[in-house]
Amino acid sequence: MTSVLGAPVLEVDDLSVTFQRKGEKPTRAVDGVSFSVAPGETVGLVGESGCGKSVTSLAIMGLLPSRGVKVGGSVRLEGQELIGAGSRKLRSLRGAHMAMVFQDPLSSLNPTVQIGTQVTEVLLEHRDMSKAEAAAEAVALLDRVGIPDPRRRLKEYPHQLSGGMRQRALIAMALACSPRLLIADEPTTALDVTIQAQILELLKELVVDTGTALVMITHDLGVVAGLCDRVHVMYSGKIIETADRHELFAQPRQPYTGGLLASVPRLDAGRGTPITPIRGSARDAIPWAEGCAFAPRCDNAQDDCLTEVSGSVVPLEPDGPGRELRCRHPLQYPTAPSGATALGAAR
Amino acid sequence: MGDVKRRRIDELAARAGQVPEGEGGVSLTRSAFRRLRRDPVAIIGAVIVVTFLVVALFAPWLAPRDPLAQTLLSQIRPGLIPGSQEGFPLGVDNLGRDLLSRLIYGSRQSLMIGVVSTVLGVAAGMALGIIAGAFGGWVDTVVMRFVDILLSIPGLLMAISISVLLGQNQYALMIAIAVTQVPIFARLLRGSMLVQRGSDYALAARALGIRKRRIVFGHVLPNSLSPVIVQATLSLATAIIEAAALSFLGLGDPDLARPEWGAMLANAQAFLSVRPELAVYPALCIIVVALGFTLLGESLREALDPKFRR
Repeated sequence: MTSVLGAPVLEVDDLSVTFQRKGEKPTRAVDGVSFSVAPGETVGLVGESGCGKSVTSLAIMGLLPSRGVKVGGSVRLEGQELIGAGSRKLRSLRGAHMAMVFQDPLSSLNPTVQIGTQVTEVLLEHRDMSKAEAAAEAVALLDRVGIPDPRRRLKEYPHQLSGGMRQRALIAMALACSPRLLIADEPTTALDVTIQAQILELLKELVVDTGTALVMITHDLGVVAGLCDRVHVMYSGKIIETADRHELFAQPRQPYTGGLLASVPRLDAGRGTPITPIRGSARDAIPWAEGCAFAPRCDNAQDDCLTEVSGSVVPLEPDGPGRELRCRHPLQYPTAPSGATALGAAR
Repeated sequence: MGDVKRRRIDELAARAGQVPEGEGGVSLTRSAFRRLRRDPVAIIGAVIVVTFLVVALFAPWLAPRDPLAQTLLSQIRPGLIPGSQEGFPLGVDNLGRDLLSRLIYGSRQSLMIGVVSTVLGVAAGMALGIIAGAFGGWVDTVVMRFVDILLSIPGLLMAISISVLLGQNQYALMIAIAVTQVPIFARLLRGSMLVQRGSDYALAARALGIRKRRIVFGHVLPNSLSPVIVQATLSLATAIIEAAALSFLGLGDPDLARPEWGAMLANAQAFLSVRPELAVYPALCIIVVALGFTLLGESLREALDPKFRR
């Protein structure tokens, strides 16, 4: 999975996360996830709640609790191995070389501390700056993320800012030390649609300007369509389909991806056209060890999707140039990808 | 007509972009104080507390007489202690000392013991709570089991044992009362820090590589303090009552030169049938001052509770 954009910033190889509590069966939340992100590239991790996308991001950042969690595989940031690295080293990398923006901008800010203190704190931690320099840099940062009257805002508390402004402030904090990697975990879920568009636009600009690698974690296909270069679709802890954004929307191969796209309401569909949900829920998944976790909900599922017949986990295999697929009975398309398909591009 | 309307709209539009002039941020503490000022219960509590504090501070100027001077001794006979009369608004006690002056001076002792012991208790309790809350793991377990042991001993019993062990002086009394407060504050702070440690902003701070000490003291602790502040106010009331109880039992300050409400109460016991007021007045003082702190504490709780926040 090499990129045309140069040496990858982030390489995740066979990452697995297992939660093990005393006296309980271990839960494998992430299993064999591999992907890489090049500078200036935006990679989307898509899937529904509980598919392991957030756990993947926390594992990359080294933010999972050490007790009761086993992380396997390899995560390399600019060639440095992060799995098994000391907590001191990880702390010095976090904020400086890799940063993260979370879902809820209100609860991600400390309510009792002024915005300015929270922004300068990052600068003082990782950059050799005096307090005055950090304060000046904080003004520049807020200005850069489009917060008007930054001097004033720095003296205010989180509850005095609007939701969009809070998320901008958090992005400013994440970008304070120009990290090479930015992970955004559903950064727009808690915001209005109009503000969502602004925040996505801002992220895109900043990524293009600075050449930061962006990992976008989302369940919103609209976000993927607007922002991501490559997309990895996750289901029940595994990547089940990887494709370029355009190809994914034009010709989804995994029936799950197809189902996701079909369940998005469309503007060009006639009035009253019902949207097509995927039947069942994510709880219906069977363990991957027994075949394909999505099989119980899949319209294409056949006997060999279950272990008794196939004898092994359905593997992730190359599927045409730049694509990967984990499916024995993918969706088929009669002609070349030039024509519009039945599912087409959502939004 | 249309012109006026248009001008009005222009004005509004011009204002829309601006933010109202202000002196910067409004912190949560400041907005809590604002809510507190509008709460009648808080005002009543504050008035009581401030009144007693003023009385205690200015006792030498406010007291009409020397609390130790024995006067009207000639009028005291078995079965008769003179009541209110010219110059002695509340009468005298069995030794001919002015009751009002003694009550005024007594507020110094009660408030000082209450405040000092609560401050000591809060400080020690917070230290334990921070250690347990910040480190977690086995440190947390050890500290909390120790606190549980302290908590399993009834407060007054422990205070009595400690003041007996430390000898009879007012510092022993303060320490004894402080020790009974420690487990409450340790538990409270530890619990609230555990909640805050799991909060999104603590995770966000970790994701930015902020060092642990800074997260604990700069982020987690300030957000965990409000239950401690509330409990400290309520504990002041308990401490004052306990101080009175201990000196009532004869474990208080042996220095008779310092009048104290609990000791006055104990002294009045013998003359309850002759002059019940001798017991009623110090008891009222204890009750009212405890009520003042309790009212203030309760309304502080409401003002600081995020659920009441708009």
